[in-house]
Amino acid sequence: MSQSNRHVLPGFSLSLGYTLLYLGLLTIIPLAACFGKVFSLTFDQFWAAVWTPRTIAAYRFTCTVSFLSSVASMLLGFVIAWVLVRYEFPLKRVFDALIDLPFALPTAVAGLVYSGLYVENGWLGQFLVPLGIHGAYSRFAVVLVLTFLGIPFVVRTLEPVLDSLEADMEEAAHLLGASRAQTFWRVIFPTLVPAMITGFALSLARGLGEYGSVVFVSGNMPFKTEIAPVLIVARLEEFAYAEATAIAVVLLGISFAMLISINLLERWSSKYHG
Amino acid sequence: MASVTHIIPVQGRVAPAIASRDPAVVRWGLTLVAILTIGVLIVVPVVNVFYQAFAGGLVAYWENLVGDPDTLHSILLTLAVAPVAVVANLIFGVAAAWAIARFQFPGRALLTALIDLPFSVSPVVAGLMLVLLFGMQGYFGPWLRDHGVQIIFATPGLMLATCFVTLPFVARELIPVMEAIGSEEETAAISLGASGWQMFLRVTVPNIKWGLLYGIILCNARAIGEFGAVYVVSGHVTGRTDTMPLRVEKLFQEYNNPASFAVASLLTLLALVTLLVKVVLEHKTRRDLAESARSTSIAGDAS
Repeated sequence: MSQSNRHVLPGFSLSLGYTLLYLGLLTIIPLAACFGKVFSLTFDQFWAAVWTPRTIAAYRFTCTVSFLSSVASMLLGFVIAWVLVRYEFPLKRVFDALIDLPFALPTAVAGLVYSGLYVENGWLGQFLVPLGIHGAYSRFAVVLVLTFLGIPFVVRTLEPVLDSLEADMEEAAHLLGASRAQTFWRVIFPTLVPAMITGFALSLARGLGEYGSVVFVSGNMPFKTEIAPVLIVARLEEFAYAEATAIAVVLLGISFAMLISINLLERWSSKYHG
Repeated sequence: MASVTHIIPVQGRVAPAIASRDPAVVRWGLTLVAILTIGVLIVVPVVNVFYQAFAGGLVAYWENLVGDPDTLHSILLTLAVAPVAVVANLIFGVAAAWAIARFQFPGRALLTALIDLPFSVSPVVAGLMLVLLFGMQGYFGPWLRDHGVQIIFATPGLMLATCFVTLPFVARELIPVMEAIGSEEETAAISLGASGWQMFLRVTVPNIKWGLLYGIILCNARAIGEFGAVYVVSGHVTGRTDTMPLRVEKLFQEYNNPASFAVASLLTLLALVTLLVKVVLEHKTRRDLAESARSTSIAGDAS
């Protein structure tokens, strides 16, 4: 892929022009409309829309559940990736394929089925509710469904890194007298950290914006289990477009910060691996 | 979101000899945790969807799907909206991948990041942006009304929202595939006198076909399953602007669980088929790469 490609291969202006036109129409203009709408508000109006006790509770709830579920995804995803890459067990290929299901399954379906599984007479709820674990219409319910959505991000970012680990390094550590635990913590683990953080960030970004599955399982109780996108929808249904947009801009700000940090992390981790 | 799944296979698996050095307790323990996690979080919900859908028997299931005209309409509407998004993003994905994977230009990294943007915008916000543009009070709202065009609360809005959320899929899949293949064969075709379209159809498309197909099925799965963005622009007019996932939600709100699960079972089936196609495509990619490696080594031996 060199500069000279442009003189040999055709279609540079056509493909780039079309790409820019399509991106402009579908993403840049709508984003501009969003920010344009917000600038029609005075700062006081903006602040009154985005900083009320109810919105603060929603931001806090959204951030807490996304963070908790991303931690869970990172830990469970690590174990799954490790087992899938290194061990052999029956039906391994089926389990491996199933990891991608949360990417392919409509979130409304995930929400629907999760809301039924953990109620008192649900398949899993009948065992958990007597123990005092409420996996439906609670904060835990949202963490569960977001973990379901987040795990494939962690597994699929970790797998190639685990796969590319050189056997020599482990062998060398072993020959030099390191115990298996030392080898793991000192040799293997440090090389996995960047991929784990990337997987964590990806599932966090997904969790912050998720709507479809959460509205089914959370119960949407104001001040308790209400997420920020639900507030946007509520404002829209009152035809309070400017207020809805103000909250949306706050969410966009968080998303962009996440996007930038993911890109930086990816660059950092690719440098880490040479 | 497919930002981390590519069909380019990773290298050979680590030799089992290394794994066997982990103590048996660790191996069994971790395997158990992994299987339990996948079982509880993924397998049980899938089985539950079909169990609930068929709990009332086959006849009731069939009635729930085709006996209700609104449900039937939602299925047909989804079948009309999803292909539009797939075709639009297929053309875009090929153009974007060609520009990004074959040429160097200033702002290339920024463009790649921009393509990923819809992944990090909450779907609800995506829907809202379209309402701000094309809704009654939106920037183009009055003009559209005067010309008798309705976008929001109508099918065109559903299509636009779906296009937005599925925009990155094909491009994200193709860029690494095209970078991995390289441009030697295309350069050769052009220098042997092929026209641009000849080169594209005879060299590029056969080379990227599995990646292309994989991008299409991922894009399709998301297009059919999209909820948040479509929820905002649809206006929930039963029998007019409800797609399948919206229908699932409406039936759930009406406490009609058997019907809701019946529609959900169709969507789940689609997800499972998507996974199956993915496995097959991965297999084919691996085989093609192995074959091309073998033919290169034979060519090398002959010279």
